[in-house]
Amino acid sequence: MSRAENTGRVLVRAQGLHKQMGGRTVLAGLDLEVRAGETMVILGPSGCGKSTLLRCLAGLERPDRGRVFLAGVDLCAASSRQVRAARRHLGMAFQGGALFGSLTLAENVELPLVEFSRLPASTRRILARIKLGMVGLEEAMDQLPSEISGGMRKRAALARALALDPEILMFDEPSAGLDPITAAGLDQLLLALKALNPVAMVVVTHEMESAFVIADRMVLMHEGKFLVSGTPAQVRASDHPMVRRFLDRRPPETLEGAHGLRRFFAEST
Amino acid sequence: MLTAVVRGLGAATRRFLVETGAMWALVMVSLDRMFLGPLRGERMRLGATIAQAARAGAGSLPLVALISFLVGVILALQSLFQLQKLGAQSLVADLVAIAVTREMAPLLTAIIVAGRYGSSIAAEIGTMKVSQEVDALTVMGVDPYAFLVVPRLIALLIALPGLVIFADVMGILGGMTAVLLVLNQSGGAFLSDAAAALELRDIYVGLVKSVAFGGIIGLVGCRLGLAVGGGADEVGRATTSAVVRSIVLIIVIDLLVTAVFYVQG
Repeated sequence: MSRAENTGRVLVRAQGLHKQMGGRTVLAGLDLEVRAGETMVILGPSGCGKSTLLRCLAGLERPDRGRVFLAGVDLCAASSRQVRAARRHLGMAFQGGALFGSLTLAENVELPLVEFSRLPASTRRILARIKLGMVGLEEAMDQLPSEISGGMRKRAALARALALDPEILMFDEPSAGLDPITAAGLDQLLLALKALNPVAMVVVTHEMESAFVIADRMVLMHEGKFLVSGTPAQVRASDHPMVRRFLDRRPPETLEGAHGLRRFFAEST
Repeated sequence: MLTAVVRGLGAATRRFLVETGAMWALVMVSLDRMFLGPLRGERMRLGATIAQAARAGAGSLPLVALISFLVGVILALQSLFQLQKLGAQSLVADLVAIAVTREMAPLLTAIIVAGRYGSSIAAEIGTMKVSQEVDALTVMGVDPYAFLVVPRLIALLIALPGLVIFADVMGILGGMTAVLLVLNQSGGAFLSDAAAALELRDIYVGLVKSVAFGGIIGLVGCRLGLAVGGGADEVGRATTSAVVRSIVLIIVIDLLVTAVFYVQG
């Protein structure tokens, strides 16, 4: 398939997702479509349900209602074998990396190859070196996850997610807990990846700067709903009050002006 | 007051039923991955199984050796002083041999392995849950049961009988040492008495038990590890309850197996 044909295929589709957890509505009827060659950023404050949404898209969590299609497979209706086959098209990088602690970085990247290919060990090692080289970790390939920094772990997780050349890439909080320089580096890495391969990327983040750099389209999520969705320019131009609040980094009323704190000091002195 | 008691009982019963259901489901999934998986052409994880068997078996060997030897000594001394009153010291070898092979070796080995290896399974899998490694496996399309549970379970099913045979030998040697020191009887006489008293049946009852105990330790450890949802505190709790629950179940199963074999004669 040529590159032009390949871009534009819908690889991730969610329809009417509802989910309750502990009596709270976490997802309140969400629809989402991500096409090949497109980066979709799910932006929102912590606790808005964006991680749950990502887990539903990857099939790690079942929605109460609604359907999720991953590479054309209905995750809620398919057999476990079909689901596993659909997941061969998916690479996912978790927030903390989720690297296997007893394996070196190279072995972590090789694991999907060991499981799903019949490549000899020497070829696997070369592939692992290439993937780790793409994220700038070639030097550290024989180190254990515990011996490297948090930012390196995220990059290694990305290398592992890329091991089988997936068509879909999901990334949970790529910049959380990183210094601004490392975070910006990761954003550039995601952009470079997209230039290389028309993958469908879904990135969950609460970092606005990062979101506007990498997104082709974005949604802003709040209390289980999408407040706005569209291109970064459209989102930036939105006059929805919650969107403005989030974009202008204004605190919610409950904390506004540290009112309670001031009253506390007024009363105690 | 009464309603509180009834409510507590109800809640406990419900928890018990939920746990039992979860364990049963894990037994079914594990059997499926162990026996039907290879028929479906799924990978057999020989390397991982051997590594786990080494951890469970070889790792516990020194402790099992020491404890079964000492228990052999204790059993011989205890029975020696009681049997002397009846002038039946010559039966010490029989008693030690049968008690060790039928009961003490399987039970003590299982308790040691539950404490050393069962707890580590729960802690390891629980930590993998917390750090999303189990999710990472699932997303990769790797079945966590085939990848994590089956190698540990098979390792235990192999390692425990092996350890028990070893503990049988060490226990009987312990008994011999005690008799040697107290009675100045020859070691050879003790061993030939013990060999004469033992039937093959005594040994295989012990081995049958140890296989069941191995299954319990593996299933309980994996179940509690996989049930971890929150953070580090839950890993700690899972580790503790893996040991406690394994030991309770081991003793209950021990009672049942013993009862069945003695009723059979």
